[in-house]
Amino acid sequence: MNGEPSTPRGVSVQVRGLRKSFHGMPVLKGLDLDVKPGEIFVLMGPSGSGKSVLLKHVIGLEEPDEGTILIDGQSIQSPEVMDHYRLAMVFQSGALLNSLTVGENVGLYLAEHRLKPPEEIARIVAANLEVVGLKDTEDKMPNELSGGMKKRVAIARALVIEPQLILYDEPTSELDPVSSVIIAEEIVKLNERIHVTSLVVSHDRDLAFGVADRVAVIHDGEILTVGTPEEVKRFNHPFVREFLNARFQRE
Amino acid sequence: MFQNIGEMVILLWRTLLALPLTWRQRLKVFDQFFEIGNASLLMVCILSFFIGGVIALQTGPVLVERGLANAVGGVVGISICKELAPVMMSILIAGRIGSAMAAEIGSMRVYQEIDALRTMNISPIHYLVVPRLVAIAVALPLLVIFAILVGWLGGAFVSSANPRIDISFAAFFTTLRDVVQIKDVVNGVFKSFIFAWVIGIVSCHQGLITIGGPRGIGRSVTKAVVNSIVLIVILDYILTRVLLR
Repeated sequence: MNGEPSTPRGVSVQVRGLRKSFHGMPVLKGLDLDVKPGEIFVLMGPSGSGKSVLLKHVIGLEEPDEGTILIDGQSIQSPEVMDHYRLAMVFQSGALLNSLTVGENVGLYLAEHRLKPPEEIARIVAANLEVVGLKDTEDKMPNELSGGMKKRVAIARALVIEPQLILYDEPTSELDPVSSVIIAEEIVKLNERIHVTSLVVSHDRDLAFGVADRVAVIHDGEILTVGTPEEVKRFNHPFVREFLNARFQRE
Repeated sequence: MFQNIGEMVILLWRTLLALPLTWRQRLKVFDQFFEIGNASLLMVCILSFFIGGVIALQTGPVLVERGLANAVGGVVGISICKELAPVMMSILIAGRIGSAMAAEIGSMRVYQEIDALRTMNISPIHYLVVPRLVAIAVALPLLVIFAILVGWLGGAFVSSANPRIDISFAAFFTTLRDVVQIKDVVNGVFKSFIFAWVIGIVSCHQGLITIGGPRGIGRSVTKAVVNSIVLIVILDYILTRVLLR
């Protein structure tokens, strides 16, 4: 990931037999998953089903107890992967560095790896902030931003990397419907523009079926089904049916 | 406990390996250096002046009564530069700066900022630990030199102002110069350099292993300060034994 950004190309992700336990409690139970290069893959499931833990494994923030995660055929555990491929993650909270301005956050990757001169970084930061609809916010501090703005800054920070794989952890949680639509549009536009592989973790059904090329439903550390949005909607499994059709009805 | 010690040794080793890249982080080093100086200088000044005064007050009358007035400057001078300034200032910095380091890095850990750095292939050791360690390793010895000078002034002031001691400034510093040698000051400054590394490594390590929310951050801060002080006192004994040879 240290290399000079070149023409981006999505990478494939293969997860094989992934198992992970925390304090003896199994969270992922031998999970298999394939994400094709350049597709938008949405992983749906209820809270506590292991979605975010899987995402952290895919980007190397967690080490599996068993199993492998391959990025274009190379193990994420191998040190070269982060140097060869440009991977980015948009955290649920945004995870902006609170001591830095918005501009410094967005340009952090380029500045720390010394990939561009400061003037060029400032230009790239401004351009990417404009892409996510946050023009002229470079000098603001993260604590001056709303939850939705923080997420858009986090997306801008990921865009600067020109990633080949981008992971979104609950990108629309805590957002109003308008902001959710903006984020969903950004995910699709980014995919069309640079053909990045996108792995989205969410329990937002509108987002999932709106943006996904393929959807998987995870429950209790296991994948129940994988397919196109239409295939998953038709999938006849009690939990999947309940999860996808849950509605509040006042008596 | 042994796991923590092992992790701290690994953190120290990785930090040493990353030291050649310090120049890249020079702006952060200056920021941290300014933060340490700005936060501590006044406290160091007050603390060391009164420590010098108390040592003079405790030892002065006893020595003068036994006809050893010409030893007061030496006793105050050597106790401040070899023991009290390095140890007390290190304890002060552990409380003031070590706690801040653990809290800042701990909250970055809890709020996933460190995870975000790692996903950008930015090493938290290069980005967070090295600037803090280099800054404290330079700042603490400088603060100790300052504390030694102010402590001597405090001792001289009390010795001249207290009628039971009644030694002039000039006489105090003449006797101090007879006893205290440059190597004694170097001895104290060297100790503080080692203590600075202890405070930096312990505090950054506690920050990096923080789990949980605000309570976890509070726990890390407490551990960083307490462990730093315990290690400083133990190492002080070991270093004193080694340096006395």
